[in-house]
Amino acid sequence: MSKAKKKACIQSDCVACGCCMKICPVKAISIPHGIIAIVDSQKCIGCGKCRAACPAGVIELMEREAVVA
Amino acid sequence: MKKHWYDYLWIASALYLTLGFFNILFAWLGLICFIVPLLIAIIKGNKAYCNKYCGRGQLFELLGGRLGLSRKKTPPKFLRSKWFRYGFLTFFMTMFLLMIYNTYLVFAGATLKEAVTLLWVFKLPWNWTNTSFVSPGVAQFAFGFYGVMLTSTVLGLITMLLFKPRSWCVYCPMGTMTQGICQIKHSAASHGKSSSTEIG
Repeated sequence: MSKAKKKACIQSDCVACGCCMKICPVKAISIPHGIIAIVDSQKCIGCGKCRAACPAGVIELMEREAVVA
Repeated sequence: MKKHWYDYLWIASALYLTLGFFNILFAWLGLICFIVPLLIAIIKGNKAYCNKYCGRGQLFELLGGRLGLSRKKTPPKFLRSKWFRYGFLTFFMTMFLLMIYNTYLVFAGATLKEAVTLLWVFKLPWNWTNTSFVSPGVAQFAFGFYGVMLTSTVLGLITMLLFKPRSWCVYCPMGTMTQGICQIKHSAASHGKSSSTEIG
C-alpha cells in the first residue's frame, strides 16, 4: 500500500475525459466504463498532478485515514 | 513515459484543419471524429476515444500545457455544470441538423454557398477551392462540416487560453454524448452496485 499521506478522490460529476489518467505517474487512475474515473488508492501517491490537470475540477486530495497499529 | 502511435494524433488534427484551407472537400475526413467515438462507446462501452485517440484534445494539451499558452485555471462552475453540457450538446446537434438540412436543400437544387460559417454567425468566404468535380451537395456538406469543426476548434482554443488546456473536453458534445451512451450501456450492470469512485 502507498505510504502517501494523501490520496486523490474523484467526484461523481467527472466527465471521463482521461486527462487525469494520462498524467498519473503511477497509473493509478482508470476509466473502465467511460462514465467516471476510478482511483486505485493503493497505487495513488497523492502527488496532485491529476487535480492540477482535471479541467472539470472534480478531483480533491483527501487525507488518508490513520492506520491503527 | 513510453509514447504510442496514438500520442501523435494531434498531427492529424492540425493537418485536417490545414487541408481544409487548401481544399474544403477534405472536411469529409472529419466524420471520423464523429463516427469513431460513437462506435467505440456503442460497441466497447467506454470513452477510449477521448482518453487516448482524440487528436484535438492532444493538440490543446500541447499548446496549452507544453507550450504554456493556457492560464491553467479551473473553468467557471457554469461551464462544468450538467445543464450547460447537455444544453450545449442540444444546441450543437440542432445546428448540426440545420447544416444537414441545408446540404439536403443543395442536393435538391438550391445554390451552393461557398462559405464556412464560424461560431454559427460569421460567414467566411471560402471560394478559392475547386469543387466542380463533385456534386454541389457533396461540396455543401464539406463547407458546413468544416464550419462545425472550425467552430469547435476555436471554442476549444478560447477555453484553452482562458482556463485549463483541455477545458473543451468538459463541454465537448462528442464527450457528453459518448459518456451518455456509456451510462445507458452500463446502467443495468451498475444497478445496485456502490457508487464509490475508489478501489483498493
